[in-house]
Amino acid sequence: MPPTAVPAEAAVAVQIKGGLWRALRGNWAVMMGGSVLALLALIAVAAPWLGTVDPTLFDPASRDLLPGAIGEITDLDGATIAHKFLMGSDGFGRDIYSRVIYGTRVSLIVGAAVALVSLLFGVSCGLAAGYIRWLDGVLMRVMDGVMAIPGILIAIALVALWKASLTTVIIAIAIPEIPRVTRLVRSLVLSIREEPYVEAAVSLGTRTLRIMFGHILPNTMAPLIVQGTYICASAILIEAILSFLGVGLPTDVPTWGNIMAEGRVQFNDFPHNVFFPGVFLALTVLAINMLGDGLRDTLDPRMSKRI
Amino acid sequence: MFTFLARRLAATIPVLLIVAVLVFLMLRLTPGDPAVIIAGDAANPEQVAQIRAGLGLDRPIAVQFGIWFGKLLSGNLGESYYFKLTVVDLIAHRIEPTLALSVCTIVLSVLVSVPLGVLAAWRQGGWLDRALMGFSVLGFSVPVFVLGYILIYIFSLKLGWLPVQGYVRFADGFWPFLRHLILPSITLSVIYIALIARVTRAAVTETLAEDYVRTARAKGLPEARVVIHHALANAAVPIVTVIGIGIALLIGGVVVTETVYAIPGLGRLTVDAVLARDFPTIQGVILFFSFAYVLINLLVDLSYLFFDPRISY
Repeated sequence: MPPTAVPAEAAVAVQIKGGLWRALRGNWAVMMGGSVLALLALIAVAAPWLGTVDPTLFDPASRDLLPGAIGEITDLDGATIAHKFLMGSDGFGRDIYSRVIYGTRVSLIVGAAVALVSLLFGVSCGLAAGYIRWLDGVLMRVMDGVMAIPGILIAIALVALWKASLTTVIIAIAIPEIPRVTRLVRSLVLSIREEPYVEAAVSLGTRTLRIMFGHILPNTMAPLIVQGTYICASAILIEAILSFLGVGLPTDVPTWGNIMAEGRVQFNDFPHNVFFPGVFLALTVLAINMLGDGLRDTLDPRMSKRI
Repeated sequence: MFTFLARRLAATIPVLLIVAVLVFLMLRLTPGDPAVIIAGDAANPEQVAQIRAGLGLDRPIAVQFGIWFGKLLSGNLGESYYFKLTVVDLIAHRIEPTLALSVCTIVLSVLVSVPLGVLAAWRQGGWLDRALMGFSVLGFSVPVFVLGYILIYIFSLKLGWLPVQGYVRFADGFWPFLRHLILPSITLSVIYIALIARVTRAAVTETLAEDYVRTARAKGLPEARVVIHHALANAAVPIVTVIGIGIALLIGGVVVTETVYAIPGLGRLTVDAVLARDFPTIQGVILFFSFAYVLINLLVDLSYLFFDPRISY
């Protein structure tokens, strides 16, 4: 980066401090992605009131219905109720619409939890590696090793070892994401620790932990938030892939990947069982990626120039 | 240069070693008895005891690693409990489809993404640029398997142009072999194209702003020559770097694509091994993929010497 670029970036930073909210609101991608994501979160919370039935209910009489068909479904008490299958039904006679709507919950929870878990561990490791010199070599070599194994293989193997549940799926997806966060935080720490305000804190005798969390961490926030959105998007995709491959959450849990895995068998005749959850999945990931790109452009103009 | 080669090779060894340790620990640090996990639900106590003795599970963990690692060095990845074959034979048997799919995908991706990225950088802000950036966000968001099914639906089921699924070995005829690879390669290449095109665009945008590009234009070189010989040639290093890094993405995609298209390659083997809880095979395949990834990136590093003669390590 040529030295002439510095004043321009400093100016951007000041301008953002003046009105972060306004800067975000002016960004088309942030608003678009954020609105779609908010809508999906609303769908997840309000799932029971959106004309859905219990997503695990099935009725042999309503198997393989086309979208929009009216059929019946048996509730847990054994009573049969008429139900309109907006997105058709699967080979067991379950309502795809209800399963897709409830699937929003699993995807959003997994995405958010994986982002939080990997940020938490990645930030701790990155701070430690960047600030405690003797740890740096060892920690970063281990991270290099983890990064050399394709993430999806780690996730698949761990879930297979642990028996899939929401917690194990989240941890298994988070582990391969940790090295990337660690690297990011470490490189930020290495540049921030040379800043005059850190030097000032050191010379005042501030304790190491306080310097790490009070002085350095707050200045890594913008890139971390951006990184968090990307992790969230990729976690949602990987969860769907795990379910789709049959190694994810148990098949009775309504996840988009599970619906597609079951729909795959009858794909030639009933492609809607794959398409509806697929569209929701793509839309969700797209919204989060757009939000991430927009946040990156607003919060971290230096990074946006690089890619 | 030879000292560089030696140093770079030496730096690869610790990474491979750590990968081996991690893959080994993955199974040992899991709650529960590894012998029971390896033997699977259907095993009887005798089989479990046999496996336990075979793995030396009663000895200290460092000794266990030593034994396992010694076998690894002599090319012994263990024996698959499910397929009743050595893992090495199993991998050798399944590698052709994966290799064919990967090579097709990389060639297709590079041929499409580099020209697109260059054109987008050349006319930055133009319709192609905006379309490409939109496509790349979309490419990162549409799951590989959804895309695969959309393509199967259109080109195989509705139009009937291409086979729905399956794989034909190269030895059984080139045309059928290629026909079965077209849709899987397109499916797999979309995310790769999105990645490479983005980086190409960014890198070429940077070099187009350099003084030597202005000089080249000033002395009246044709625009195509300026863009390709001056801007693109100097942007080669980040582009090959991302092609190397993207291999990780490709391996993840292979696992899914082979399932969608019923291709009997290493990706499908991974899933089958996981579903059968066949741990020697899972470990072997993960080790294989990781080593391949590390070695490809070693080659990418070495290619810098070719692409950028200024680099002399």
